[in-house]
Amino acid sequence: MSEKIIEQIVANVLQGRRDKNDEGIDEGYDGTPGVTELVEEALEQGVPVEKVLGEGLSHGMTLVGEKYESGEYFIPDMLAAAEAVGAAMEIMEPYLVKDGGQGSKGKIVMATVEKDQHDIGKNLVTIMLKGAGYAVVDLGVNVPAARIVEVVEQENAGLLGLSALLDTTMPFMKETIEELKNKNLKDNVRVMIGGAPTNEDFAREIGADAHGKDAFAAVKIADQLL
Amino acid sequence: MSREGVQVAKPYQRMTREQIELVHRTSLELLEKPGVLVYSQEAVALLSDAGAKVTQTREGEYDAWWVSIPPSLVQKALESAPSKVVLGARNPENQIVMDAKGYHVYFGSGSETNFWLDVKPEIFVSQENPENQRVFPTITRRRGTVADLCKSAHLSDNLENLDFFIRNVNIQDPDINEGNKDVNKFFASLNNITKHVMGGLTDFGQMDHVVRMAEIIAGGREELLKNPVISFITSVIKSPLQVVDETAEKLIKIARLGLPVVISSSPQGGSTAPIDEAGMVAQVNAEVLTGIIINQLAQPGAPVIYGAVPVRARMDDLHDMYGVPEFCYYNTSCAQMARFYEVPCYSTAGVGDAKVPGIQAAAEKMFTHAVVPRSAPDIVHYAFGLLEKTNTFCPEQAVLDNHHIGMVKFLYREPRMDESEMERVKEIIEEVMQTPHRLYSRYTRRLLRSGGIFPAYPFEGEGDDQDETLLKTHEKVQEIMGRPRQHLSEAICREIYEQIPGLLPRLNPYEA
Ligand code: B12
Repeated sequence: MSEKIIEQIVANVLQGRRDKNDEGIDEGYDGTPGVTELVEEALEQGVPVEKVLGEGLSHGMTLVGEKYESGEYFIPDMLAAAEAVGAAMEIMEPYLVKDGGQGSKGKIVMATVEKDQHDIGKNLVTIMLKGAGYAVVDLGVNVPAARIVEVVEQENAGLLGLSALLDTTMPFMKETIEELKNKNLKDNVRVMIGGAPTNEDFAREIGADAHGKDAFAAVKIADQLL
Repeated sequence: MSREGVQVAKPYQRMTREQIELVHRTSLELLEKPGVLVYSQEAVALLSDAGAKVTQTREGEYDAWWVSIPPSLVQKALESAPSKVVLGARNPENQIVMDAKGYHVYFGSGSETNFWLDVKPEIFVSQENPENQRVFPTITRRRGTVADLCKSAHLSDNLENLDFFIRNVNIQDPDINEGNKDVNKFFASLNNITKHVMGGLTDFGQMDHVVRMAEIIAGGREELLKNPVISFITSVIKSPLQVVDETAEKLIKIARLGLPVVISSSPQGGSTAPIDEAGMVAQVNAEVLTGIIINQLAQPGAPVIYGAVPVRARMDDLHDMYGVPEFCYYNTSCAQMARFYEVPCYSTAGVGDAKVPGIQAAAEKMFTHAVVPRSAPDIVHYAFGLLEKTNTFCPEQAVLDNHHIGMVKFLYREPRMDESEMERVKEIIEEVMQTPHRLYSRYTRRLLRSGGIFPAYPFEGEGDDQDETLLKTHEKVQEIMGRPRQHLSEAICREIYEQIPGLLPRLNPYEA
């Protein structure tokens, strides 16, 4: 019984179906439960949380990653799968905490810095991090340094991700890191940065811990730093 | 089932209806005066019996006849010429149905280039900085052989946007001569491709052998007429307005055999035709009409194809030019004339004037690929791998052209813009607005799989300081060359070798 529902979870992660209204990729899924409904059902049936997470969601995402690597899947497929897993993670969160774990794999705050409206790249990063099992607090765009630092402190986040797409807003990344230092928070939180105009050198220069060139790099960095 | 080609639902109309009629009237006038200069007695006999005015003359060493063709002859030929012509194929699913009243366009190769380009990746070391090593494609130009023709037929069988095959390599092996060339070139083609094979004949004397070969492949004379696996191209016209002796005889014979034939006329604007569009189109139209008349007089109702191949002269050497705007004017206007007459049209696009694949070739080829088929001629030849104005063929270039034609075909899709589609997308927009990131990407997934989204350029390199397109295409050519060849069956090959003289033993795949 539990094997069957795990199998369905994996299949629906591959289809990137968040819920029953989601059309997915292949024919034949219309109206059947998606990842969130299946995860709820599994938990109700008493399937162990680690099993749903490990053999269902994570395994499904690994397969999605392999399909992307081999060229069979594209970014929209990855995103849809990550979104489905991200939504399921939110349902799982209370169960994970109840089981004595710390919940997700870790907490990350994401933001596009002040005076910058660009968020497509930052959203990709957020969705992929959620899909990889992290709890992500996404503050949106045009977020001043003080506000970012405030939330990092409140949430006790282990990682902060900053995005900037304009050369003129890159300095706000530096400002945010300075602000963390001023508040003596820099030792508690790691910082990764990204966005087209940024690079490794700039990250080093402003005291960030890592630079990520895309959403996959962001997940790798999170796995290393958290 | 037959090949799909691409539908061009709203053909580009370069000329207005009045301009089309003006061209038509002018061509009729030209056919009466000055008329056409005919070197073939057989053709003259047909024309004069049908009511054309004939005056004998002498051109150099030869007898010739000035023939004044009355409009009624044109009218009659256009009435009997069919608007539908089927081009058969070894694999019947590869048949092409040309319908002058329809809007489908098919792409094919061509034609008998002298040179073949071999591409080979080689490592180069910078003189300035020996650390800097690069792989660049080197290009070797050599004369084509019958083995190359087999390779290019096999390649063409594997290019999904190639609908029919015209041999693209002139076979210049030491053991090929005028007496065995035609049978070998048709056999090399037919034995390596399952699509339609169209071609010209070098030697009148070999026509019977070539037709017999096609009959064996199709399964008999009757079967060949139903599924003509071969068709012919006759360059019966020598511009301006002259009918060539031997080719006219071939044309008459093909018409009587009932096999499809292209009346091809290729005047060069600025040397053998006026460079002005009006003069060019009126003249080439008159020339093609002349061929159609001879064909229909020989055999009323015979399948015939309007083959205008007007090109422009290059001003510094009077060579042909294919990648220029005038070429597009001429060819789109001619496609309109064929449609006006409801005779299937054979047109041209995709030839590079450039000698090698590269930036110039890509610009020239894409230019005509994007423009000429928009006028919805039935078939477009010369579309794959041709460089140096049809003098050179490069397989890597053919693979590139195949992709570029795919891009062009995508362009002709009709807009999907109706109530139900709008309802669908409205729902999506409303849904997305309620999500945190407001991204539409998940809604691309189905479309991506159903071919509704055009793929990224497949020959893009990984580096960011070097164009790797040719290297990538080379890999693709290698991969296709490694695929199994679709040869004729052993029994058919045996029958062909028994009955057809002059075939090279090395072309028989069943002879070790
Ligand atoms: C889309 C876009 C916009 C959209 C943004 C819509 C949106 N929702 O984001 C709009 C129209 C609003 C916009 C506005 C402007 N834009 Co704009 N915009 C772009 C554009 C075309 C694409 C950016 C994008 O989304 N790329 C796709 C995503 C997937 O890539 P990405 O953002 O780089 O993200 C990836 C990685 O960088 C990385 N990443 C990103 N963030 C992070 C974070 C972390 C932590 C990590 C690890 C990784 C990471 O992962 C992502 C996924 O792979 C770029 C050009 C370009 N090629 O970058 C210009 C560009 C960034 N814009 C530019 C400009 C000038 C502007 C305007 C000033 C224009 C104007 N005069 O109004 C305004 C500024 C508005 C503002 N205050 O921010 C310039 C910036 C030049 C500069 N000075 O640096 C660019 C480069 C265009 C150009 N060449 O001129 N823009």
